[in-house]
Amino acid sequence: MADSMDHKTFRRLTTEDDAFVREYRQRLTAHRGMATLGEKLVPLEEFRRAAASSGRALTEGQREEAASRFLAGPADSTPVEGPFERIAVFGGVYNNHFALEALLEDAARRGAETIYCLGDLGGFGPHPEKVRPLLAQGEVQVIQGNYEESLASGREDCNCGYTDPRDNHFAEISYRYTESRCSAEFKAWMGALPLRRRVRLGDRELLLVHGSPRRINEFLFHSSSPAPFLEAMLQQNRCDAILCTHTGLQWHRQLSGGDAINVGVIGRPANDGATHVWYSMLSAGRNRLEVELLPLEYDFEALAREMVREELPAEFVETIQTGWWTTCLEILPPNERAVSRF
Amino acid sequence: MPVAEPVDPNVMDVETKPSLPVGDDRAGSGSEDIGGEVEGSPSAASEAHPEVVLRSLDTLWFQVAGTVCNLACTHCFVSSSPTNRTHEFMTLQQVQSFLDEAAGLGVKEYYFTGGEAFLNPEMEAILEATLRVGPASVLTNGLLLDRQRCERLKALAEGAEYSLDIRISLDGYDAESNDAIRGPGTFDRVLEALSLLAEVELNPVLTVTEVYRELASHEGKERFFELLRGLGLTKPRLKVLPIFQIGAEAERSNAYQSWQRLREGDLPDTEWDHLQCSSCRMVTEKGVWVCPILVNEPQARMGERLADTLEPFPLDHPACWTCHAYGVSCRT
Repeated sequence: MADSMDHKTFRRLTTEDDAFVREYRQRLTAHRGMATLGEKLVPLEEFRRAAASSGRALTEGQREEAASRFLAGPADSTPVEGPFERIAVFGGVYNNHFALEALLEDAARRGAETIYCLGDLGGFGPHPEKVRPLLAQGEVQVIQGNYEESLASGREDCNCGYTDPRDNHFAEISYRYTESRCSAEFKAWMGALPLRRRVRLGDRELLLVHGSPRRINEFLFHSSSPAPFLEAMLQQNRCDAILCTHTGLQWHRQLSGGDAINVGVIGRPANDGATHVWYSMLSAGRNRLEVELLPLEYDFEALAREMVREELPAEFVETIQTGWWTTCLEILPPNERAVSRF
Repeated sequence: MPVAEPVDPNVMDVETKPSLPVGDDRAGSGSEDIGGEVEGSPSAASEAHPEVVLRSLDTLWFQVAGTVCNLACTHCFVSSSPTNRTHEFMTLQQVQSFLDEAAGLGVKEYYFTGGEAFLNPEMEAILEATLRVGPASVLTNGLLLDRQRCERLKALAEGAEYSLDIRISLDGYDAESNDAIRGPGTFDRVLEALSLLAEVELNPVLTVTEVYRELASHEGKERFFELLRGLGLTKPRLKVLPIFQIGAEAERSNAYQSWQRLREGDLPDTEWDHLQCSSCRMVTEKGVWVCPILVNEPQARMGERLADTLEPFPLDHPACWTCHAYGVSCRT
């Protein structure tokens, strides 16, 4: 579309033109006593009347009804797994089989009964097929991330949700690498994974998703996921806690109606200048859900060496070695970006 | 340096709309057409248009400064100016009552615009109140960002659990091209504001409207990034918006053509999420509107309170076509 956009010339106005300055001055005062209604100038009163006669004004009772109808979530027949007392939950493996191996050991040592993975097995790191036997060995229960969904459905891209062309450039390198090294059988296995799970932990019901309950690639960052928004989400999904990943940054928000937890990712560091990665351990506490966000050390140097051998971008290797993100920065909200190195 | 070629958004345009004689007095009384005839105006619509369902109320906009602005940009789709009182300032109390209602509806983020938001004398108090319940973004032309205000905004951002974002508008990488849109002297003043923000370590989003076609190109974006880096903003951020051919812009370039309308079946199922009106509403002191674009269209006013506006809305305005064709979101 952009190619055909310049076949006609408009008048060029520059500040050197007397005509422009004259017209601009006139624009400053053009609305005295007038309103813009569509493209017309009309007396202010006319606009006020037209606006006042448009739209609805419900009674207070009707408003409450409309709001509760609006907030009623869809029925969800996902079976409930468990009950458990203690589970480990992680996301974003990004082909980091070294970290996955470390996680299986760490979670077992800390007494996790079951381990859940919230998706995004591939991308970023080397040798996607190395992840699969580890998941089987740890009997990890997996849900689909956008990566699995894209690989299984033959999408052209990872559907990560980036808008910056530089971010998409690196996302494409990642995706191509993983896509071409995953067997058809592995991809089919990914496509058969559930999109969500419900897990009973003590007397609480947890909803496990990749991005958010409503969208596989929604970014839920700490500074852009306010409490009232998360409360409504808990209510709509009729659960006591929502567990998600996708952003790469872990956090926990305690709410009046339950908990919201971004469990973090084990594929790359959390953009904090440290080389470790993060996962979460959840336990059924007496009065509340006990949530531990846990740093996980692994052999990041071995990973970096493998990435170099596989000729993955130097920018990715740098992140593994320094703990600072070098790509995918545009999606960060201001607070998260402010503490970022790049 | 020559002024870049403006974008012609009318891809299949065959007619040239005559531009108004410059310097005529439009402040006269009665109804007066400032944009020439709008082909395919809503009243001319006869066919069925798709309806957008509000899937969730994620983004709540406030026309917090009404249509009052200290500039009169030639591309402004709400035609804001110092004398435009179509929409008036909102008070802190008005905003607060909508924040209360919004929390109950699970709103995720808040945006403030005008006119020029910082002309509203209560703007900083409004931001402070908002940051207690969610992330806030304020759209500004930067002219009122002096050192003291920048420092206060920095303190606000640091004290808040949720993010505060500041979006500053610029429409060219030099004074010549920018000032021809935004007004004489604005380029230098915006650069000054950007430097001040860099000094207090606030990282604004530069918002660029695609008034010249190369602004949105890869090279165009790089030039803006370089400009920002040069001012000390080491993590440059940019948002490019297409133009809406309504308001002042209808006169600057062209009004919409009759074919630029959405028809039943135009929107594939996957596109609803991309249309901002499927997850936003706009509040002005005159009520709640379907989106931030159509506040000068009385029929786009959906009700008094948010709960009045949770119903579907017909996409029967030509500006809806722009959101569809360009995949626009006014969000950052």
